[in-house]
Amino acid sequence: MRITGLAALIWCALSLPGWSFEIEEVKRFGMDNADVQLKVLSTADLSVFEPYIIAFQLKNQRIAVDYTVASSTEVMKAIFDEQIQFDLVISSAMDLQTKLANDGFLSDHNSEATRRLPPWARWRDQVIAFTQEPAVIVLSKKAFAGLPIPESRSELIALLREHPERFKGRVGTYDIRTSGLGYLFATQDSRNSESFWPLMEVFGRLDVQLYCCSGAMIDDLISGRLSIAYNVLGSYAERRVAAADNIAIVTPADVTSVMLRTAVIPKNANEPVLAGQFIDFLIDGDLGPETGIGLPRIGISQKTSDAAIRPIRLGPELLVFLDRLRRQNFLANWAGSVEQAIGQ
Amino acid sequence: MQDNILAASTTSIAEAVRAERNTLGLELPYAALSMLGAISDDRVFYRVAQNGLTLTGYDDLPIDVSDEAEILFKTEAFRSAVIRSATLTRKISVDGRLNDVTVTVAQTREGLGEISARISLIALLVGLGFFVLAVSLSAFATGRTLRPLDVLANAVSRRGPSDLRPVKAEAPTEIVPLVTALNRFIERLETSLTRSEDFIAEAAHRVRTPLATVRAQAEIALRRVERPENKTALRQMIRAVDESSRSAGQLLDHAMVTFRADHMEFDTVDLSALVADTVERLAPLGDLKDISLRLGTMPSNAMLKCDPILIQNALRNIIDNAIKYSPGDSDIDIALTADDAHYTITVRDEGIGFSDMKTSELARRFSRGPNVGEIVGSGLGLTICKEVAIAHGGTLEMKDNPGRGGCVSLVLPH
Ligand SMILES: Nc1ncnc2c1ncn2[C@@H]1O[C@H](COP(=O)(O)OP(=O)(O)OP(=O)(O)O)[C@@H](O)[C@H]1O
Ligand SMILES: [Mg+2]
Repeated sequence: MRITGLAALIWCALSLPGWSFEIEEVKRFGMDNADVQLKVLSTADLSVFEPYIIAFQLKNQRIAVDYTVASSTEVMKAIFDEQIQFDLVISSAMDLQTKLANDGFLSDHNSEATRRLPPWARWRDQVIAFTQEPAVIVLSKKAFAGLPIPESRSELIALLREHPERFKGRVGTYDIRTSGLGYLFATQDSRNSESFWPLMEVFGRLDVQLYCCSGAMIDDLISGRLSIAYNVLGSYAERRVAAADNIAIVTPADVTSVMLRTAVIPKNANEPVLAGQFIDFLIDGDLGPETGIGLPRIGISQKTSDAAIRPIRLGPELLVFLDRLRRQNFLANWAGSVEQAIGQ
Repeated sequence: MQDNILAASTTSIAEAVRAERNTLGLELPYAALSMLGAISDDRVFYRVAQNGLTLTGYDDLPIDVSDEAEILFKTEAFRSAVIRSATLTRKISVDGRLNDVTVTVAQTREGLGEISARISLIALLVGLGFFVLAVSLSAFATGRTLRPLDVLANAVSRRGPSDLRPVKAEAPTEIVPLVTALNRFIERLETSLTRSEDFIAEAAHRVRTPLATVRAQAEIALRRVERPENKTALRQMIRAVDESSRSAGQLLDHAMVTFRADHMEFDTVDLSALVADTVERLAPLGDLKDISLRLGTMPSNAMLKCDPILIQNALRNIIDNAIKYSPGDSDIDIALTADDAHYTITVRDEGIGFSDMKTSELARRFSRGPNVGEIVGSGLGLTICKEVAIAHGGTLEMKDNPGRGGCVSLVLPH
């Protein structure tokens, strides 16, 4: 087991009094003498989110944006446990965002843009979704030379069982004990797919590598260190596949979970109005012609002819797997499956 | 509505608490909270306590102690919001010692007036239909007469309404087909849950058909098993399935009616033809009890602007009641009359009648009369009829015939 991928820290003119949560990146956009500054705490990699901030600033010249990246568990620590002041929190961990709303940490944002969203894309006017991003399997084409590309979990299981020597140590997935998104995907998988636990067993036997984040998994896939990355964010993979022609993206044909990336405004925000404007801007997702690829926006309809696509719903049911006992059990089962190599 | 769902949620959590070696274990059922999420965007809190100490959930949620098997409802303030809570206490023995396990589930009540998405309500109702099935399966199995059935029923009921994995209990050969049928039912239900947003009516159909298969398999098993206690268990199961299937069907019909009533689409139809057609379709149901459905003279050219699907649904429920609450070998008279302002569809039977029941009460949701005895029903039929009447600006009237039997009229203005 190995934990990989902690991006370099970019320290800027920003003091961090008494913060004990762990930060991955910080960047300030805009002038020092800006009229107002928007403090954003986010799980989205800087490279993914930069185009949004730049485009927003083009429209609002007098503001500065402080963008802080942290893992979703650290985001929760900052907002829930330490109540550190931010104006906007963006996270892929829908369950944790829902808990913030349910437990009374957030204020409402209701605007023309949010009302245009379909009802499933917001909860309580507090958790507001602006992207929908599937969990996919990413493969190295080279590692699969001579083998069929698996299209579902059960095909993947069969293939891994047949070729253990080829894939030993070359499968990667989230460490769900530390990654909030990894935990969300895994718990949804366990509800929707009969193959989830068998797959974890097989992963365990193949000495699966555990990661903090999608970006790191994709890096290792491209460099050839990994052959398979399971439950990677499709949106991140798509951006990279253009540049790296040696990887293939599989949307599992049995079930594919779709995560909604959400934005919330904490109660203690200094600039709630500006934060609301930024949310509206994210919903419209108008990056302008030259600013690169945006994340997949919320479509009008979540319905899809493909029954395998399972958008994760916002609502109190997301609190179920955050339940202390349920989480403890789930993690124990999961660790029991993926860690069997240890001690052998 | 909120109380029903809080109660279902509390029950499903209480049933999921198990004794585990020397402690208590709980796998919080997904449905326990998703059913609450389906009725509104309100905040949800829960707490499970063992002898007053929090086992899991929100530590600061006030707990009450309820009498065993009785659910206690309360409205109170919590975290600067008003919540409605349901509490249920169960006794569970761990290592030979009895523990009071108290489950409280609470929900704020801000958005309950406007159920934001009807659609999710429908999904919820399908889920509840399944929940009813699960609970009744476990209820009949508590007799412990037939162990494998007990195991099967437990396997289904432990997990609550929307955990729709197939059942994998060990089953003796006689009931293997039953398990298969049950699994197919679950599978279909799951599909309709994901799709019901598009096809409510279709969802109703999808639930009913496989349940009918489950029932048929139970009947076959009934003929195969020998021991009387097994026969009793299976008979109870058949009744449970009947009740569930009726409830699931009526819940879905009701959802469909509410949905259509919100988006009224009017057609001009010939009411005489509609009545005649409905009566003809229900004739076989009457035949089973040697009851004949007699169609009176009808006005020609009784054209009405209405939603024919709704009218048909209401009439079907009225005639279904007449058949259910009448003795065998009797007659039911159906008539359509017209005056200047109204069309009136009247159904008279020779059954037990409404005697001194408060007829306005009977049209409330889930309300059934004291006269029902062993007759299967969910208490939604007249609710549906009344909503259909209201959606058309009309009324539903229930009274007794001068002689004997009941008389139900659907009055529709034209
Ligand atoms: N024709 C009738 N004669 C006597 N009692 C009736 C008649 N129709 C209805 N009732 C009484 O009214 C009650 C409510 O009827 P309703 O149709 O709403 O429910 P149900 O028949 O019990 O259940 P279901 O939803 O399955 O139809 C019945 O339980 C019964 O007591
Ligand atoms: Mg009825």
